[in-house]
Amino acid sequence: MTATSERYVIEARDVELSFGETPALRGASLSVVAGEILAIMGPSGSGKSTLLHCLAGILVPIAGEIHFDGRRVDTMSETQRSALRRDRFGFVFQFGQLVPELTAEENVALSLLLAGIRRDRALKEARPWFARMGLDGLERRRSGELSGGQAQRVALARGLVARPEILFADEPTGSLDSFTGEQVMDLLVASAREQGTTVIIVTHEPRVAACADREVIVRDGKATTLAADRVPS
Amino acid sequence: MSVPLTLLGLLEREPSHGYDLKRDYDTYFGRGRPLPFGQVYATLGRLARDGKVVIDEVAPGDGPERKRYVITEGGATEVDTWLTEPVPAEPHLQTVLFSKVVLALMLDRPAAEYLDAQRAAHLQRMRELTEIRRSGDLVDAILADHGLFHLEADLRWIDMTSARLGALAAEVRS
Ligand SMILES: Nc1ncnc2c1ncn2[C@@H]1O[C@H](COP(=O)(O)OP(=O)(O)OP(=O)(O)O)[C@@H](O)[C@H]1O
Ligand SMILES: [Mg+2]
Repeated sequence: MTATSERYVIEARDVELSFGETPALRGASLSVVAGEILAIMGPSGSGKSTLLHCLAGILVPIAGEIHFDGRRVDTMSETQRSALRRDRFGFVFQFGQLVPELTAEENVALSLLLAGIRRDRALKEARPWFARMGLDGLERRRSGELSGGQAQRVALARGLVARPEILFADEPTGSLDSFTGEQVMDLLVASAREQGTTVIIVTHEPRVAACADREVIVRDGKATTLAADRVPS
Repeated sequence: MSVPLTLLGLLEREPSHGYDLKRDYDTYFGRGRPLPFGQVYATLGRLARDGKVVIDEVAPGDGPERKRYVITEGGATEVDTWLTEPVPAEPHLQTVLFSKVVLALMLDRPAAEYLDAQRAAHLQRMRELTEIRRSGDLVDAILADHGLFHLEADLRWIDMTSARLGALAAEVRS
């Protein structure tokens, strides 16, 4: 590792990826400092989700490198990558993707159960998140019995409960009205700051991006960081 | 609205008479509110006084319309600075942002970069307002929200315009 890359907890270097004939990433680079909240913006189809999935070890690029905590993610085996996702990353997507058969508290506890934590202990750790997220009394509901905003807060709690080093969020407020979306974002930012989780969040919404420390724009499969020195004070 | 800077920008294409400047201004920037001749010549007079333009030829006869104006180096620098620097992010900037984009395209400048810089300025201001919304009392938060929604509208316009720069360039350069 080079000296400069050591301050970054996660980094993509010249990442390329195509889906068949469609190039989705054409040399995207991006570096994130530990504890940072980074927003990824850009036009539809520009490669934001693909870049997020490469960083998270869900997709493997055909060229370039992904580094996390000093290790190459893109050269790991599928087993190693899935262990990384389970043990050190958290995820929240546009539609909460709760497991419909499970109660809300079982859904929150799911990340812990998958990591091998015993059921009673996992549920005990899940419970305080209901007060924190303003979801008191909804612990036993199933996802079909929750509003969109409530389901999204449950999904957020599930993403954060295992205290991941990095939380990957793809349009986490996409299906919510702006007031509810704002509440979800405020909870996300406050919880991430409190437990030191680094957050990488893909969003179309400027108000959501404004909750981050910094933004990167993806265009045509390339990532641009806007120079802060061009910003008038 | 920055009429002086817009006229200066139009002059950077080529030396022009006041009449041509008014016609182009009305076509691209007037939006149904033509610039009075009096204002055109008063503005050109002030620009000449400040050394931003000079008069390079005077046709025989009477009246201000005989003069042809040429931008000076000082004037060109001023246009360049105006185009390059993002304007301080505040709500209701559409006319000045619009003028900057159209002029940048006419002058073959990197309009996309200017829009990106403006986007960064807007987002920076939105981050500050978000902080106020979070940490201030309810009155501050509600005022911050007003600014946030307006800046967000501008930002959406910036994104839409960025996506359509090619088509807009073809239209304003024709
Ligand atoms: N599974 C897939 N199979 C084929 N093509 C795909 C697949 N996923 C993405 N693509 C293509 O790759 C490109 C980038 O897609 P990606 O989902 O990363 O865009 P995005 O920036 O997240 O867009 P949006 O804002 O609409 O979510 C697009 O052209 C898309 O059609
Ligand atoms: Mg996407």
